[in-house]
Amino acid sequence: MGTVTDVWAWLTTAEHWTGDGGVLQRLGEHAWLTAVCLALSCAIALPLALWLGHVGRGGALAVNLSNAGRAIPTFAVLVLLTMSPLGRHGDWATIVALVLFALPPLLTNAYTGVRQADPEVVEAARGMGMTPWQLLRQVELPLAFPLIMTGVQTAAVQLVATATLAALPGGGGLGRLITAGFGNYDTPQVVSGALLVAVLAMLVERLLTLVERLLDPMRRRLAPVPNAA
Amino acid sequence: MSGTYAVAQGCLAANDWLCGEYLRTRRGELLDATVEHIWITAASVSIALLLAFPLALAARHWRLARGPALALTTILYTVPSLAMFALLLPVFGLSAAVVVTGLVLYSLTVLVRNILAGLEAVPAEATEAARGMGYGPVRLLFEVELPLALPALLAGVRIATVSAVSLTTVGAIVGYGGLGNLIYEAMESFFKAQVLTASAICVLLAVAADLLLLALQRALTPWTRAGKTGG
Repeated sequence: MGTVTDVWAWLTTAEHWTGDGGVLQRLGEHAWLTAVCLALSCAIALPLALWLGHVGRGGALAVNLSNAGRAIPTFAVLVLLTMSPLGRHGDWATIVALVLFALPPLLTNAYTGVRQADPEVVEAARGMGMTPWQLLRQVELPLAFPLIMTGVQTAAVQLVATATLAALPGGGGLGRLITAGFGNYDTPQVVSGALLVAVLAMLVERLLTLVERLLDPMRRRLAPVPNAA
Repeated sequence: MSGTYAVAQGCLAANDWLCGEYLRTRRGELLDATVEHIWITAASVSIALLLAFPLALAARHWRLARGPALALTTILYTVPSLAMFALLLPVFGLSAAVVVTGLVLYSLTVLVRNILAGLEAVPAEATEAARGMGYGPVRLLFEVELPLALPALLAGVRIATVSAVSLTTVGAIVGYGGLGNLIYEAMESFFKAQVLTASAICVLLAVAADLLLLALQRALTPWTRAGKTGG
């Protein structure tokens, strides 16, 4: 129980939040890294996956990428990139590592989403004389939307996790509160940092579920479906 | 002889990424780290498997428990590994239990979901036929339902194991990360060969574990090979 009160005391101390290396600065770094890398990885993965799904090629790639992503330790890649020549260019080593681990869920889900679009609907759209571009934009994309967003959600949660690990080789973000706490044998700080990271990951997940509901192009046409993920 | 020795010493001194001399001189250290890595992973997945069974059966039996149980596992899965280990620190102190418990919690999520999905995909005809032949609930579970759910279960074990191999490295933060310890230590001293070698062994371990479990899956479920593979 002592730990709980110590953690509460740490979290309610104003100096821990403001100033250099405080919670607010680390939170800002974490949110910035996550947002920039999510935008970058979506810009790379989504057009590629939609195109591959549309032409029906690269299925094995989409599946194997996810498996490879699981087998490769994030921590190892972060350290390797930081020690590579890329590490001399500020945040770039971290950004590249984050994007690499966010790509597999985006690619796999968007590809599967387009491939699983009801073939009868796609046939009907073709029969109506839709061009490939119209087909992708007006039929396959709306049908694939829920899965694309599942991919975005998984990627975002993965990004928050990887950004936390980035603190180990000296990157910024909330992970720094944890590593600094370990360095000073300051358990309340370690636990406080971990709590903040966990809360941020859950908030990001909830936020994206909300975004999915708001943006779903099919939401006016179908009864609300309970979250299948 | 002395010529090759000088060259080899050169690669350690020059801090090259690839270094045969490193492999030769630090073989014992690499072996110890690999053994620690394997037992942490194996212990975590085994404990998770033992816990996942009753949980999946309970979630199937009491429908009301299903929603909260699955929601809880989703929340656990969202917590980043570094935060998970940090949160367990005050409970266990600086010990291997921190890493094993964290990995058990992650593996549980995958295993409970897959066992549940496997059990629910058992065709009603199969259970009906077994009941008609006078199978009691226990015999039905062990002789009909579990064998039919095996492909989904083993698919879950594969995902959990490969993830656990990769996540064990983060355990280096509490000093129990197997090969992760070597990566952590080498990161601080900027020792390139050690980082690359330990990382490569870690990926090899994950691939080897995956192939081993795939072979086990093939051996245990020969009927799935004729048609499409399950899971």
